[in-house]
Amino acid sequence: MKTFRADLHIHTVLSPCSDLEMSPGNIIAKAKEKNLDLIGITDHNCTKNCHITEQIGKEQGIMVLCGAEITTKEEAHCLAFFETPENLNDFQHYLDTYLPDIQNDITKFGYQLVVDENENIIEEIDKLLISAINQNMDEIESTIHGLNGLFIPAHIDRLKFSITSQLGFVPADIKADALELSGNTSKNKFLENNPHLKDFSFIQSSDAHYIHQIGTVSTLFFMEQLSFDEISSALKSKNGRRVEIR
Amino acid sequence: MKVSDIVKELGLKVFSGDKGLDREVTGGYSSDLLSDVMGDSLEGQVWITLQTHKNVMAIASLKELAAIILVKGNTPEKDMAGQSNIENIPVLGTNEETFSICGKLFKLMENK
Repeated sequence: MKTFRADLHIHTVLSPCSDLEMSPGNIIAKAKEKNLDLIGITDHNCTKNCHITEQIGKEQGIMVLCGAEITTKEEAHCLAFFETPENLNDFQHYLDTYLPDIQNDITKFGYQLVVDENENIIEEIDKLLISAINQNMDEIESTIHGLNGLFIPAHIDRLKFSITSQLGFVPADIKADALELSGNTSKNKFLENNPHLKDFSFIQSSDAHYIHQIGTVSTLFFMEQLSFDEISSALKSKNGRRVEIR
Repeated sequence: MKVSDIVKELGLKVFSGDKGLDREVTGGYSSDLLSDVMGDSLEGQVWITLQTHKNVMAIASLKELAAIILVKGNTPEKDMAGQSNIENIPVLGTNEETFSICGKLFKLMENK
């Protein structure tokens, strides 16, 4: 087994709350500097900067998982990742369908930019991306899994926008492929208060909105190679693959 | 005052948990953050919320709440209704939003 370092929760300039320095090129450069092998691009309710970041990552030897950070109807954040452009595209259609028609106000929330490799703006998203979509967590989970995606509730230790804050606790029967912790806790500390979740695999991510935050916390993946299947097996602790927070 | 009295006075729908309609009501609690309800609600209160996830029932049972009122025409998710029947904690519904239903419930409790 080989070891790969991952930070699976990073926002680009597409997220209104993200810094304008968070261009695909800058993100990949920083990921390289931080010795990351694998990153996840998870903008709020939108996947449109994934592909370009994935391309730049390929050139630089960094694997990019394409996905999003979805705000459920309950206002809990969840990460989703997809293997193929088709699945990602289908999921983008789903997000477009259920994101409420509330316009972004750039003076209040910030810019929502889709860019190319040279940081030219291709599209500005009009609808506010940080709204909750009109689908509950269970509906979102089954949609993600229906598209062969990975479903990971985000920063479940946090006291805002998490399953814990919105729904009181993480239900033991949740169909999650892994659970994400923020950088503010440790797995042991979290499990002390949540022993019912001990059988889940845990990742820890930066939730970077600024360049300097990328890779400040990370997860080690023990697997044979960088591929969606291997990542999926590692998250599910299958075939000797596993993840570890360090 | 019982849950059934509130149903009658405020014209609420009964979705599930009707075996609990004779529970005694001591007050109300309004919040959509389940972590907050888990921390600060009190036994016998009626919980007014728009959350329809099954965790609502787990917390209602943990805190021994009298009933739940779902606002704005929300209906319980299937597993929430099922849990409500097991726990005998009624899930009630109204088309009104939180502010007005809370006001009416407050007045009702004050005048009893």
